[in-house]
Amino acid sequence: MSRHRNVRGYNYDEDFEDDDMYGQSVEDDYCISPFIYSRQDSRQARHVETLEEAEYEEEEEEMPTSDTVASTLDPLQQESRVEAEVVPKVARMTVSGKKQTMGFDVRSAEENGIVAPSVRRGPSPDVTAAPTTETPSKSSAVNEDSAAPTPTRPTGKSKQQLNIRAELEKRQGGKPLLNLVVIGHVDAGKSTLMGHLLYLLGNVNKRTMHKYEQESKKAGKASFAYAWVLDETGEERDRGVTMDVGMTKFETDSKVITLMDAPGHKDFIPNMITGAAQADVAVLVVDASRGEFEAGFEAGGQTREHGLLVRSLGVTQLAVAVNKMDQVNWQQERFRDIVSKLGHFLKQAGFKDSDVFYIPTSGLSGENLTTRSKVADLTAWYTGPCLLEQIDAFKPPQRSVEKPFRLCVSDVFKDQGSGFCVTGKIEAGFIQTGDKVLAMPPNETCTVKGITLHDEALDWAAAGDHVSLTVTGMDIIKINVGCIFCDPKEAIRACTRFRARILLFNIEVPITQGFPVLLHYQTVSEPATIRKLVSVLHKSSGEVLKKKPKCLSKGQNAVVEIQTQRPVALELYKDYKELGRFMLRYVGSTIAAGVVTEVKGSTYPPFPTKHIAILYSSAFFDIAS
Amino acid sequence: MKLVHKDIEKDNAGQVTLIPEEAEDMWHTYNLLQVGDSLRASTIRKVQTESSTGSVGSSRVRTTLTLCVETIDFDSQACQLRVKGTNIQENQYVKMGAYHTIELELNRKFTLAKKVWDSVVLDRIEQACDPAQKADVAAVVMQEGLANLVLVTPAMTLLRAKVEVTIPRKRKGSCTQHDKALERFYEAVMQGILRHFSFDGNFVLKIQIRMDNGQINTDIFVVFLCFSVVKCILVASPGFVKDQFISYLFKEAVRQDCKILLENRSKFMVVHSSSGHKYSLKEVLCDPAVTARLSDTKAAGEVKALEDFYKMLQQEPDRAFYGLAHVERASEALAVDILLISDKLFRHQDIATRSRYVRLVDNVKENGGNVRIFSSLHVSGDQLNQLSGVAAILRFPIADVSEAEEDSSSDED
Repeated sequence: MSRHRNVRGYNYDEDFEDDDMYGQSVEDDYCISPFIYSRQDSRQARHVETLEEAEYEEEEEEMPTSDTVASTLDPLQQESRVEAEVVPKVARMTVSGKKQTMGFDVRSAEENGIVAPSVRRGPSPDVTAAPTTETPSKSSAVNEDSAAPTPTRPTGKSKQQLNIRAELEKRQGGKPLLNLVVIGHVDAGKSTLMGHLLYLLGNVNKRTMHKYEQESKKAGKASFAYAWVLDETGEERDRGVTMDVGMTKFETDSKVITLMDAPGHKDFIPNMITGAAQADVAVLVVDASRGEFEAGFEAGGQTREHGLLVRSLGVTQLAVAVNKMDQVNWQQERFRDIVSKLGHFLKQAGFKDSDVFYIPTSGLSGENLTTRSKVADLTAWYTGPCLLEQIDAFKPPQRSVEKPFRLCVSDVFKDQGSGFCVTGKIEAGFIQTGDKVLAMPPNETCTVKGITLHDEALDWAAAGDHVSLTVTGMDIIKINVGCIFCDPKEAIRACTRFRARILLFNIEVPITQGFPVLLHYQTVSEPATIRKLVSVLHKSSGEVLKKKPKCLSKGQNAVVEIQTQRPVALELYKDYKELGRFMLRYVGSTIAAGVVTEVKGSTYPPFPTKHIAILYSSAFFDIAS
Repeated sequence: MKLVHKDIEKDNAGQVTLIPEEAEDMWHTYNLLQVGDSLRASTIRKVQTESSTGSVGSSRVRTTLTLCVETIDFDSQACQLRVKGTNIQENQYVKMGAYHTIELELNRKFTLAKKVWDSVVLDRIEQACDPAQKADVAAVVMQEGLANLVLVTPAMTLLRAKVEVTIPRKRKGSCTQHDKALERFYEAVMQGILRHFSFDGNFVLKIQIRMDNGQINTDIFVVFLCFSVVKCILVASPGFVKDQFISYLFKEAVRQDCKILLENRSKFMVVHSSSGHKYSLKEVLCDPAVTARLSDTKAAGEVKALEDFYKMLQQEPDRAFYGLAHVERASEALAVDILLISDKLFRHQDIATRSRYVRLVDNVKENGGNVRIFSSLHVSGDQLNQLSGVAAILRFPIADVSEAEEDSSSDED
């Protein structure tokens, strides 16, 4: 099995090097972090220290294993591997999770021995590690929380700390939140499909819809009426092309969906990437009519590029809406033909067959969107769910709520009142009003005055939410799209040079050192150059095939060093799966997807952090998701 | 540049007198100068005089000095060249061995003496004095919220202004902020064009840009340069930004009655580019519509050559080499067909290293190869610099030897 090969071929030296670093930072923390143990007397603190050191040593031994598992789940490798292999691995890891119980024990020991408040977001290892023990079974989490005294914030504020998991479940009547991006070739009917869906769900009132119908008829584009629901700028309506991601929400029976309507035009792929980077699941819209599907699917069409992009950005579940089926008279052969062609490609791209669903639809006439179609031509051969049912059936992903707070800014604007607003998706952790957050790269702190989710004010929000924050205490000029807001105690690092593993797509020119690229990382798009080609790796085993290659050509898996012009805030892939991914583009086409493996020469010294705990929990999350 | 006098001996020592006429000539001069050369030019010196009574006065005197060059500084934004060195010809104001810094001026002759004039510098003089190679192109490379205003001359690509405005996204139910910010952005770019590109020789427009939010360098002290008149303005962007901008520009020009823009309307050209970052200029200069109009600018030629190299690397990796050690080996095997080399390498102050590059160029030429010296100020030259500064397309494939690879890459580090 390739996993064994991988373990053998794995570079242990690197791990041990890392361990050294982690070891140091842990020690640092004991000495200098004043607020964490401020309420304990020194004797007790010492007690804790010894305990935790024991735990740390335990972990050091375990480290390479957990790390290797994390790396086998790397999407780049996963893509080229049969998915079935991964599943048994998951099971085994959970069973052999000895060290998790270890972390649990330590924590309870601390609670019994010391009456000190347990810190839930502070950078101490027991805390960050502890929640991982909760995740496997929800019931144990509840028990533990009721047993432990209500944890308070280390900063000494009187505000009560939230039990974020439980609160998250309570919210919105137990409906989990799901971020959905709609992708596909230009003119496949993405906006129309979603616009119509929103209309059928009653999210757009009849009067507005009537207005759009009238106006679009006047403009000579009657068929664009539904698209106007999401394409709101004058330019988009005039040209009949979505240019920027349109965002809105709707509810299904069991979920609240944040809908992002991505542009399909080639030139707007940077915008599409910002949308897709924030998505959990995707709907790929393809045009079923003769010639159109082929145009979108062949080289130069966006169906392929979009498919690869969303997969590389971490989307695993995909619904394919085979749109405009009414134009081919709901022929089953056409549907089957498209399904087989797409299925082959999507499998190559790394989607599991069981996670891809095909639904015949018609965006313009609204068939098979919210209710199962009654068209005889279709019902004759199709009995599956409609689009809405399928969206409802998506599995919500695991959110990293226990990790330190991270939010990627996708928009900055002035609102009425003091301060200004930033919007973005919370990638990890959670936030409450009144919290202080640090913005990187400008390295400035500000205070969160208000949180809005889907136009409703909230007191808190957690990972996965697409929120807008009203912040004060900072100049709006300093904040650009692409900044990352984070927990000041566990800051993200900003750097201009980093090492990454990349998977090259179908590229025309080979990549050499000095190659100028555009780095797309979350919402950032930043010019960068490839400074060094470190090595070429074997696609599935990760073994080094060649060091210092002359150039990289298509399909290769490689380690490179990338330099950006301005600092970019990055996280390692092993720490934050969501924040470690990026895409490289060159002259209007996507050339590679990659994950950050090492940050070099960080411009701001990182705060003392508990890497162990983060690594430890991330190893778990890798498996869980 | 005008060549006034050239006196080079058989042993390649000698001197040359030149008159720089354009800002670009300063760049050429910068590439000619080397530490250890002697430079004679007119300059201004602050002189202290002591009268018989002992009172000290100082005055500024224009005098001609000869320096032994020690440091050379080029400011690419203002196109100024400063040369520091010690005086080697005493006159009434300046003692022997005294330090002085000459700032070379346009339209004043200077004399440059070198112990060795090699083929590369001589070519450079020829090129600089060629009047045919003059076509300035202005380009605005933009995307939503970002615009780079660039001036492309035969030997330089100068970033004149960078406009960055944060544009709020469209949000449900409200696009006004987006539209307003977009308008503000276009306004800023328009002002940038008016301020930084001269459409006719003696035109100077003073505009102060006041922005409450946009991040524009409001440098009030703008240096106006005697660049030759812009022949063409390329407006490039992905999507529809370029079209939107052009229609905004002329609508505003009509409204504000800005004759300068309306008269030069025919000079504007809309091209596609994949992004608004500076390196996208490469795509713009490659565009067939642009090359047709600009016939043969050096910049476009360089882009083409580098592209050929990459194509070769893809098709026949054994016929495309880069890195000095590799290319030298290929040259020894008489295999180099086209040599791409960055002029940055010839500015190397270490004489031995420099002559190694010169030898390479001479060798290739001798063996009937083509040599293309890239300007490091162009986008393509910049990329070549990153790629060790030297690359070659070979006539026939040479197998890659891996141990040689190790030392070549250590060279590059």
